[in-house]
Amino acid sequence: MLTELTIAQARAGLEAKQFNAQELTEAHLFGIGALNPRLNAFLTVTAEQARNQAKAADAAIARGEMKALTGIPLAIKDLFCTQGVRTTAASHILGPFVPPYESTVTANLLADGAVFVGKTNLDEFAMGSSNMTSAFGPVENPWKRRQDESAVLVPGGSSGGSAAAVAARLAMGATGTDTGGSIRQPASFCGLVGVKPSYGRCSRWGVVAFASSLDHPGPFARTVQDSAILLGSMASHDPKDSTSADRPVPDYEAACKRGVKGLRIGVPKEYRVDGMPAEIEALWQQGINWLRAAGAEIVDVSLPHTKYGLATYYIVAPAEASSNLARYDGVRFGLRKDGAELSDMYGNTRAAGFGAEVRRRILIGTYVLSAGYYDAYYLRAQKVRALILRDFTDAFANVDALITPTTPSAAFAQGEKMDDPIQMYLNDLFTVGANLAGVPAISVPAGLDSNGLPLGLQIMGKPFDEETAFAVSAEIERAAGFSALPQLRAGV
Amino acid sequence: MALDPTTIRRIATLARIRVEDDRLETLSQELNGILGWIEQLNEVNVDGVEPLTGGAQMAMKMRDDAVNDGGYPDKILANAPDRNGAFFAVPKVVE
Repeated sequence: MLTELTIAQARAGLEAKQFNAQELTEAHLFGIGALNPRLNAFLTVTAEQARNQAKAADAAIARGEMKALTGIPLAIKDLFCTQGVRTTAASHILGPFVPPYESTVTANLLADGAVFVGKTNLDEFAMGSSNMTSAFGPVENPWKRRQDESAVLVPGGSSGGSAAAVAARLAMGATGTDTGGSIRQPASFCGLVGVKPSYGRCSRWGVVAFASSLDHPGPFARTVQDSAILLGSMASHDPKDSTSADRPVPDYEAACKRGVKGLRIGVPKEYRVDGMPAEIEALWQQGINWLRAAGAEIVDVSLPHTKYGLATYYIVAPAEASSNLARYDGVRFGLRKDGAELSDMYGNTRAAGFGAEVRRRILIGTYVLSAGYYDAYYLRAQKVRALILRDFTDAFANVDALITPTTPSAAFAQGEKMDDPIQMYLNDLFTVGANLAGVPAISVPAGLDSNGLPLGLQIMGKPFDEETAFAVSAEIERAAGFSALPQLRAGV
Repeated sequence: MALDPTTIRRIATLARIRVEDDRLETLSQELNGILGWIEQLNEVNVDGVEPLTGGAQMAMKMRDDAVNDGGYPDKILANAPDRNGAFFAVPKVVE
């Protein structure tokens, strides 16, 4: 089955001419045709474009010009602008928007020979942890509860479509964005590796903005090595993003082989929260034991402000969102709903175009930035954010990486946690710290819960030291030997 | 700091989002729930702490103040809901 190959295996197979890029692409398009009507992982399938790219890849291979991703079918979160291909952010407000330009990250992937099979579903404007806020309907997680195969589970969010697509073998890898956990939480829910690199490692240019100081593009893949190959292509210095880091991109693939012998791995005690399911706690301990057995030294550390991460996030992210989303005014692109006067047109357009969660966050953001409340909310949150960064800086003075669970639970069912926004927000309890501090973090599948659903462990690294995070993640992957498969996948 | 319907009306106007009167009560409950939960930040001692604006652990770069892009109005206007020649068109603002 071509769809079961890893990116590394497919690259070797293409190079050895065991199959060609067009066959590889067709196998994935066939899977999409069979499963996407049910999963709703893709909002747009770009079959013709993919076939042309695969043909070009075969020509390049024939000329002996293989690059890092030549002929590899990838899925792109529909938050990345793709030239000539409709981009929605899973919102009605973008209407029929077709970008006249290509985001830097997707341009980097294309320059490395990748094939794009389509644009994936997400929570509207990446605001959510379940993919339930998409204006184009929810995504079904290809994994099923062993005891109840009829329950439809969420893939997590916001990058739920990307995670479902890679888990169901509809693409070999995917791009995502992570503002509070939106790559790592769906990766954990779908049994994938998800990487949120350091802030500044991947350009945000051409990515629809949610919260600019927290948004991080990154990859999904089925192995740590594959995710390293993807990040190596996506990362670059980009003068068009003023926060893009002007530093060389290391060889992440090589870093996966380093091992963990002699590394100091921190275990933050504040992540041991009340009410954490015993199986998640047990898996965390198992991960610690694996690393110790592989020669790492385990060190207890403290990140004292961990419990304030989510509240800080829910001031900073809506504040930045209320500012970023001001551009959707019905004038230059996207939806317009007419009104008698200009201000009516604005109000009507934004009421009709934004979904409930997006409107809620814009209103919260507008409030915390408004005169009289700025100091009490926004400025205070920025100060707590400084303390959270200080926690990480202090911890990393003593350790090389941190290990924690990725999420407080396995995938839940569609409709659960919908009554109270805060219940949904708690999904990001363990992931949001890395966004506030800008440090790299990887979720790696490490085991199954009692329902047979995947659970991930999170490895966090020092700023711009993705290499150590990859080395530790690869060790977890080796030790865990995670081989379980989702029930819904191409070719089954 | 509870949000009453009058305050919701004011921030909705600032945010340019039309909100129907019959939605104000529900919105007020939802937003107060979130703000009440956020109030936990008041426990943190932030005396003398400098606010952190972003996750970038580096100095911002400067660039030359020079035009390096542009000159394609048709591309810029291609997605406009309404246009008039080389301009975006909006409802009449000035009588």
